[in-house]
Order: sequence, then structure tokens, then C-alpha cells
Amino acid sequence: MGIDGLELIWTSLPELLWATLVNLRVFAALIPIGFAVGIGVALAQVYGRRPLAALASAWEWFFRGVPALVLLFLFFYGLGRLGLDVSAFLAGALAMGFRSSGYQSQIFRGAIQSVPAGQVTAARSLGMTRLQVVKSVVLPQALRLAIPAWSNEFSSVLKDTTLVYAIGINEVMRFARTVYVSHPELAMLTFLTVALIFWVLTSLGNTALQALERRLAVPGFEVRGRGATRDAR
Amino acid sequence: MDPLLKIEDLHKRFGAEEILKGVSFDVHRGQTIVVMGPSGTGKSTMLRCLNRLVEPDRGRISLDGVEVTDSHTDINAVRASIGYVFQDFHLFTHLTALDNVRIGLLKVKRLDRDRATERARRMLERVGLAAKADAYPAELSGGQQQRVAIARCLAMDPKVMFFDEPTSALDPELTGEVLQVMDELAREGMTMLVVSHELGFARRAAHEIIFMEHGRIVEQGPPDQLFSQPREQRTGEFLRRIAAEE
Repeated sequence: MGIDGLELIWTSLPELLWATLVNLRVFAALIPIGFAVGIGVALAQVYGRRPLAALASAWEWFFRGVPALVLLFLFFYGLGRLGLDVSAFLAGALAMGFRSSGYQSQIFRGAIQSVPAGQVTAARSLGMTRLQVVKSVVLPQALRLAIPAWSNEFSSVLKDTTLVYAIGINEVMRFARTVYVSHPELAMLTFLTVALIFWVLTSLGNTALQALERRLAVPGFEVRGRGATRDAR
Repeated sequence: MDPLLKIEDLHKRFGAEEILKGVSFDVHRGQTIVVMGPSGTGKSTMLRCLNRLVEPDRGRISLDGVEVTDSHTDINAVRASIGYVFQDFHLFTHLTALDNVRIGLLKVKRLDRDRATERARRMLERVGLAAKADAYPAELSGGQQQRVAIARCLAMDPKVMFFDEPTSALDPELTGEVLQVMDELAREGMTMLVVSHELGFARRAAHEIIFMEHGRIVEQGPPDQLFSQPREQRTGEFLRRIAAEE
């Protein structure tokens, strides 16, 4: 490969990055789906009555139990069979979003349950409705507590967007294929370049999430890892 | 005059265990009633039944003419008119002291922001914590947290205040500041139902003491009478024991 190979990758880089934007679009579509549905499932599991809680658990159980590729194919081919005309993009975003909702629901369930029950009792004794308690007392605390675990899910699904390659979306791996099909000797270099792109993206995202977590830290309540060890020393 | 709070034949069972076996008493306006008794006697469960944080199995509760136990009653409105102070404070840890006091005014009373803020500040002042308005619960001592919790209740302009062992989670040197606030409330004529073993407070502030054991009221009367010449042997034994512990 040598210098020519590097040059070729260098000249393909803008197009690789351009194709990565497709992944980011899939990501931007699936994350809110996973977030909203995930919180709904978690709330239903924690506070819902029997049938609703069972339904939420079935949802979570299904979407966590089926391989991502299988879900993609089920949505891509299955929705069409049901007579629904959905684009590959929408099928991919729904499949990956629902899958993520299963994982996110358990992150949020844990966080919701770690808000002390006494605070819920106190809020109820002030005369707040269940909905007000969830909105004003439980979720503001739970969402902050969820950030560390959520950053895991964030990293996973960001990288998993490359899987929509399988349903024909022209994302970065599909574009990479066009490079290494015509220049097989560049396959490794191409993969490494894609790896680098995702490494940078997840790093940026996780740094932002950590900053958010610090910003939302409640004074006096939690001393973060670094501060704690500094104090201990 | 009709009692402000009327409790008739309250029963509650958890599984096989009968926690409350028919509790009845009245609380009149301006009265402070202190409930004492060994732990596990159902004192806290009784308080929780009174605003239906725990649903009683049987019995009737009325507050200022409102049937609390009637399933058609707006229980949230009833709760908003009862200040409830917990042993472990239960402040909202993500909110400042001011926001803790203000949240009920904004969400339940639907006051506008300026009026809620102004009232919340006045309540913090009343419990001596005006300077701590912007502090988070974790930055406050236990005594300060409990005073914020009291201010949170007072802000709602309650008809009656319940205290569930309000000083039991506090170091001895911090109980004084909470009791002082409670003394003041009693003097100002707040109606209070207090589960506590603070004998000093009971002697100073209580109009009546209720001694409970095994889910029943054993004896009820003015502090002088219960402390000096209790009718029941158990009452005397219990009061002597907690006096010895103090």
C-alpha cells in the first residue's frame, strides 16, 4: 500500500466523513425514540399497575433478547409486508430505537428506584399528584443518576449505527466497502480510519456527558471520584 | 365545638399482623397532642393512615368536616392541608432549601412564582434559616434539614401538623433547635399531633398525652396526670423507663 494508499484514504476521507453523517442521522433519530420509550417503559415497570407493568416488561424482554441484525431485517422487510411503506432509514431508526429503549428502560428503572422512597412519600403528603411527583421529584434526580450508565448505551448505539449497512443504507461502512472493493490492499487502513472516526465521536460524546453530569451535580450531595480520592489522600 | 380532627375505630393490618386495633380520639383546634408508646406499636402507621399515605382497613377520619376516609374525597387536597414532618426529613435533595419550601406552593397551591418565593422566604425566616435559602439539603445539618422540612409544611398553611418522631434521627445537640420551633408553633396555637418521646416537649407543650401499645390506646390524659398518677400500670412503667433513658 505505502504512500499511495495513505493518499487514497486521505482523499476519500471527506466522503467517509460525509457518509458518517448518515450514521449520525440514524443516531439522532434512534436516541430520542429509545429515550422516550425507555423512560415510559421504566415508569410503567416501577409505577404501573399489573397489566401495564407486564406489557412494559414484555417489550423490554423482547427488544433486549433479539439480535440487532434480526431486528433490522424484521423491521425492514416486516413493515413492508404489513403494508406499511417505510423507508430503510425509518425502519432502521425504529428497530434500533426500540432496541435501545429496552436497554435504556433498565438504566432508568435503576435510577428511578434509587431516588429515596421517602421523598416520594413527602411529595405525596404535600398533596402532589403522582404525575407531579414523577415530573418534579423523581425524574430530575433519576435522569442525573442515569448519566453514567446511559453514557454506555450512548457509546454502544452510536457504533451500532454501522449495522444499518445491512438494510442498504448508505452509511460509512457501505461507503468503506466501495473503497476496499476496488483497493483490497487498503481494507485494513479503511477499517482503521472508520474506527478512528467512531473513537473520536464516542470520546466527544462521553466528554460532553461527563461535563453535563458535573454541571448537574448537587452541591454537598455527591463528591465525584476524583475529588473524593483527592480528599482521601 | 366540633373537634378539628376526629378519628374513630381505626384499624390496619399488614398481612397477619394487626397494627392498629381500633384507635379513636379527637384533636381540637389549637391542641398539641403527644403520642407515646413502645416502638412497633403502630404510632407511625396511625399517622400515615390519617392522611391515607397508608390506606386504613376500617374506621372513620374527618378533618374540619371533610370525610378523609370517603373514597370521593380529594385526598390530595386533604394532604395539602396537613403538614407532615418525618423522622428522616425527606427533603428533596436536588432542590435548595428555598425550592423545597416553594415546590408545594407552586405545584399544589398554584401560587405565582413571586408570591411563592416571598412566602417561602418568610417560612424559612420563621424557622431561623433565612440565610440558608440557597443551600442544598446535603449542605445542612440534620437539625437545619428538619427545620426546612417544617417550613415546607408551614408554607402550605396547614390546618394541622403531624410530627413523626421529628427528633429521633438527630444528634442530641441538634434536637433543641427543632424542639424550639415546635414549642413556638404550639404557643402560636398550631394544632399538632406529635409522635415523640421527648418528655420535656410533652411537659411544656402537650395538652394531652396518648399512650399507645400493641395497636391500642392504653391511656390518654393531660401530661401532669399521666406523668404523676397514671391509671394504668403499663403507662407508668413506660414513662419511667424513657425518663430514665433521658
